[in-house]
Amino acid sequence: MSTTLDTREADQAPGHDRDLAQLGLAALLVVVGAYTVYDASTLRVGFGDPVGPRVFPYIIGTVTGLLGVLLVLATLRGDVPQAEGGEDVDLRQPADWLTVLKLVGVLLFTVLTISTLGWAVNGALLFVGAAWSLGSRTLLRDVIVGLVLSVASWYFFHEGLGVILPAGILDGVL
Amino acid sequence: MDNLGLLADGFGAVLTPENLLYAAIGVLLGTFVGVLPGIGPAMAVALLLPVTYGLDPISAFIMFAGIYYGGMYGGSTTAILLNTPGESASVMTALEGNLMARAGRAAQALATAAIGSFIAGTIGTILVVFFAPALASVAVEIGAPSYFALMVLAMVMVTSVLGGSWLRGFIALFLGLTIGLVGLDINTGQPRLSFDQPLLADRIDVVVVAVAIFALGEALWVAAHLRRSPAHVIPVGRPWMSGADLKRSWGPWLRGTAFGFPFGALPAGGAEIPTFLSYVTEKRLAARKGHDEFGRGAIEGVAGPEAANNASAAGTFVPLLALGLPVTATSAVMLAALQGYGMEPGPGLMTDQPELVWALIASLLVGNVLLLVLNLPLAPLWAKLLRLPRPQLYAGILFFATLGAFATNLQAFDLFLLLLLGLLGLMMRRFALPVLPLILGVILGPLMEYRLREAMAISGGEVSALWSEPLAVVIYVIVAIAVVTPLVVRRVRPAPAAVAYDEGLDLTADDEEKVR
Repeated sequence: MSTTLDTREADQAPGHDRDLAQLGLAALLVVVGAYTVYDASTLRVGFGDPVGPRVFPYIIGTVTGLLGVLLVLATLRGDVPQAEGGEDVDLRQPADWLTVLKLVGVLLFTVLTISTLGWAVNGALLFVGAAWSLGSRTLLRDVIVGLVLSVASWYFFHEGLGVILPAGILDGVL
Repeated sequence: MDNLGLLADGFGAVLTPENLLYAAIGVLLGTFVGVLPGIGPAMAVALLLPVTYGLDPISAFIMFAGIYYGGMYGGSTTAILLNTPGESASVMTALEGNLMARAGRAAQALATAAIGSFIAGTIGTILVVFFAPALASVAVEIGAPSYFALMVLAMVMVTSVLGGSWLRGFIALFLGLTIGLVGLDINTGQPRLSFDQPLLADRIDVVVVAVAIFALGEALWVAAHLRRSPAHVIPVGRPWMSGADLKRSWGPWLRGTAFGFPFGALPAGGAEIPTFLSYVTEKRLAARKGHDEFGRGAIEGVAGPEAANNASAAGTFVPLLALGLPVTATSAVMLAALQGYGMEPGPGLMTDQPELVWALIASLLVGNVLLLVLNLPLAPLWAKLLRLPRPQLYAGILFFATLGAFATNLQAFDLFLLLLLGLLGLMMRRFALPVLPLILGVILGPLMEYRLREAMAISGGEVSALWSEPLAVVIYVIVAIAVVTPLVVRRVRPAPAAVAYDEGLDLTADDEEKVR
């Protein structure tokens, strides 16, 4: 992920613009393909199984790597992705990766603390944090909405579906 | 009519007050989530799947059927009122539907969409009753080699024929196949691509993959490009139709159904082609009759494609139930759901678990009726949802995506996977990689390997066994035609397409200039 999306504005002549960030994707494909092949080579082949556990990953890994190489060629020939628009997507603005980073931070926080804080707290924090990152400045309202959502969903799963989400620090309170 | 008797039994199992309540909740939840901008039916189903866990299979089916149809209808509401289709299948609905809404006929557009969906869904589901068992009884006979060939066909069709760029389609497919490799090998029990993580050796839950790629990936992508000006929502009253509208709608409904079902039922399915065919047909017919309103909001242009979309969605149940082959993103998620309820779709399903199959089909019919009954009066309420402020809307989507992924196994590790795969989903949107081939790869990859090894074990390692069955040979020929035809067409007349493409690029560049 990089900010090379902005380079698109520089090009005028069609056919000559390149999306060099695609090379990063191509590199990723080659690495994933190579690792898949390596990983498969460490497997032991069983008896009475003519295909064995290796063949499928060998094929998939090799093709993935090849696709990476093809993507390099396509990129250098000026192949650019035609990103899809959407109701809330405005592709004319340069990408705002900072907001994405904030959201990833909020989600990472959830991953790391869900076992200790519990769903009711984490869910509310997730909602408030995500809304704040996306530009909401109605903090009090977001906190109330987040708390209602998370506590209600905890009870809904607990009572209605028999799924016990972790209560965390609110154990005994809920 | 043995099938009808079995279907009656299915209705008997489904039609209890408690189940009807679950169906109503399912329709409401499905429509609620489906109406939210940015959420298509596949995403709605993936997000709401955990809600049905913990119910017994029959109750889960009926709630799930409600969610499914609700999510589809919600998608067309968004398409009509916002002119922004949540998925490629409702592109055609959005064209005339939004024009109708702007001309003050939103109520009629929503009504013809709802009734058309109902009629097409009902006819389509009844056709499933006849076709799926027939196909299954044929499918029991076909061997592992033909199965393997069928999966190759489904993958190639979805990847190269339906998508825009075959390279991007195959990249997505192979990323999906790689994700499908993760976990214990079926025969030898050795972990593959698991990085010594026992939780990875357990295989990655398809629901986590679907929620991450659809919901999280979309939310992150939107976050990077959030439109700061609010979208324009057209106010709507209670949907209704006059006699004249009805007279103009019923033909398109039936023709749309006729287009939609066969495409859905083929392993090469999808709703893009039939909705397009239906749109073009209705436009021609209207022009011939002399009252061509297309381009100004023609009701035929909503009725036809919407019916085609739903009939095709019903048609996808034929390969899904009879062969275990999903052909659309929604049916891929559905396959994961059915497996979660203890159903193993495939040729044996009809004979092994007939009561579940018929209960599911009865549920689909009941869900369809409830959809019509509940959603016609509730449409103005759903339209209000389109005005939710975007930060809270996407925060809510992240909230429910996290909840959905977490509730499946209650593992913090699943949330980590969700985030990682969500970033993959973001990357896919950044590089315009299609999502469907990836999901299909995750689901079909392991099945394909299983069939391949089964075929090879029977033949004793003789590779030629793969084309030893006539059916397999026929399928490979179709695959070859499907792959070669576009390449040849491109080579023979490359000029017009390339010129149009370049002009298109030029146009957007100019537009960007103007905006700045």
